[in-house]
Amino acid sequence: MEELKKKARELLEAKTVTMVIGYEEGTAGIARPAFIMDPSKAEKLIFDKRCNHNLALYLSKKEVKRAGKIAIVAPMPVMKSVIVLASENQVTENNLVVLGISADEKLVEFENFSAVEKYITEHPESYRAKDKELLDRIDKMNPQERWEFWQKELSKCIKCYACRGACPMCYCGTCTVDCNQPQWISVPSHEIGNLEWHLMRAMHLAGRCINCGQCADSCPLDLPVNILTLKISEDVLKNFNYKAGTSLQQDYVMSTYNPNDKENFIG
Amino acid sequence: MNEKLIIRKGSLGKLFEQMQKSGKLIYAPVNKDDKAEFDVLNDFNNYREDYIQTVQSIKSVVFPRHEAILKYRKDHSDVKLDDIDLSSGPETVLFGVHPCDAAGFDVLHAVFTGEYNDKFFVERMKKVTVISMSCSKCDDFCFCTSVGLAPDSGKGSDILLTKLSSGDYLADVISEKGKAIIDSAKELFEETNSEQLAANTKLIADVPVKFDLDKVNNKLGTAFESPVWLAHSMRCLGCGACAFVCPTCSCFDIQDEGNSTCGSRVKCWDSCGFSNFTLHASKHNPRDEQSQRWRQRVLHKFSYQPEQLKIYGCVGCGRCSRACPVDMNLQEHLTAVNNEQ
Repeated sequence: MEELKKKARELLEAKTVTMVIGYEEGTAGIARPAFIMDPSKAEKLIFDKRCNHNLALYLSKKEVKRAGKIAIVAPMPVMKSVIVLASENQVTENNLVVLGISADEKLVEFENFSAVEKYITEHPESYRAKDKELLDRIDKMNPQERWEFWQKELSKCIKCYACRGACPMCYCGTCTVDCNQPQWISVPSHEIGNLEWHLMRAMHLAGRCINCGQCADSCPLDLPVNILTLKISEDVLKNFNYKAGTSLQQDYVMSTYNPNDKENFIG
Repeated sequence: MNEKLIIRKGSLGKLFEQMQKSGKLIYAPVNKDDKAEFDVLNDFNNYREDYIQTVQSIKSVVFPRHEAILKYRKDHSDVKLDDIDLSSGPETVLFGVHPCDAAGFDVLHAVFTGEYNDKFFVERMKKVTVISMSCSKCDDFCFCTSVGLAPDSGKGSDILLTKLSSGDYLADVISEKGKAIIDSAKELFEETNSEQLAANTKLIADVPVKFDLDKVNNKLGTAFESPVWLAHSMRCLGCGACAFVCPTCSCFDIQDEGNSTCGSRVKCWDSCGFSNFTLHASKHNPRDEQSQRWRQRVLHKFSYQPEQLKIYGCVGCGRCSRACPVDMNLQEHLTAVNNEQ
């Protein structure tokens, strides 16, 4: 990715941005997020198939916001997340440069967010193979089998909230699970506490999840929690013709009333 | 006490059966979805000896994810409090845990019996016997030798087994609890002599020393304001994965759960990595940024605990670094502190 390193260096040297968020070589053969502020350090940037953290999560961190104007290395999931965050007024194109990465790992430069939006629409993506496989398996289950499947999976949860931490859309200053006046969600990681947490998380991401799968990939216990939000995004598409991360003008599906909304779920 | 005995290759299963027959609850590493995890072992065929590390530590046996510490119920106009009685719990054996995990119990013990005697931990620990197994394998994340331990350390163990080149096991009998196990299965253990020991190689992993613990401790003493914390923690997600898989992390939260007629007070795992860990009622947060929370994690384990409890809060198992979604590698950070000019 010489062109990425070059671009990052140029942006930093010209002081167009103060920080480039990308990927670097980590320990034990792992790629990890990198925060480059010194142009000479742009050399550290890498991009390959190991680079799958959704870096957009860092755009809401106060340490990053404080840095000023940022450039972000953006494979497709990051591009989509930027569009969701822009539609929710969390980022603006005045303080963010999107360094797109195409499916064949080439640098794609964008004039503005509208260009990112256009690129996303022109490059539709399918599900990751492992997600598709599990989704198909769950779709074939009857309600009882599904309930048992999720009970078994969610009972393992230790509530470390890595799923929340890895998600760019989980940017709330105070997460509902941390509210204690009143306490909405049971804190201990017992069966009901885990179920409440994962259902709440999934509902709060309805129509906002771009299916990057990082919630599941970050889980130390490999719980496939991304399937919950993936399934909801399918329902949202089917019922409201709404796909997260494809339009800058999207409203939040859960709080938008449209007279043409289907009402077939009522009674 | 430090008696050395031999237990033959084929006798390990018999030892398990005898312990099981005597009503002991036995936890051991077993295969779960292709990974090794600790669980109750009911069939010795499921025992997995050759694992490098489980994802989760075994601390939950004495410090569960959540546990009721009292129950209340309303009886007309009266409120009744019920204490939790742990005395009827089964005798428990932790079999085949690695020396790092065994040493972790010493750290938990120091915390839970220090300023305050946590009877829940103490009651559970009383019933636990640790039969550990020296590590014959390690990976890049292991660093026990850098924190004063070793892949064949007996710290925290009641019996330490070490595999020999013959396939048999050397049993170091370390405590009275360990001796009680040996006494209950005497016929399975043989006396050994120095010639026999010399003829056999102990199969022990070679874990390289990565940093000088005293030097790191020394440097951390003046590192509170160092820019290193921000530099190291920019990528930290602020989740609790590291703390929850850690064999020595002991922080907990107290929650009340219930309704107007009955309920319980629950002790549940908490993590200094969470933003609300130090949030005051006034909304002021003395650790408002992730870098301050990461600093707390490192200083607590490598500066405050050794100073206050005379024990380091890390056993070098490497679980935190394996579990971290963004490669916050503790060993790498400590090595950087060590090498800093």
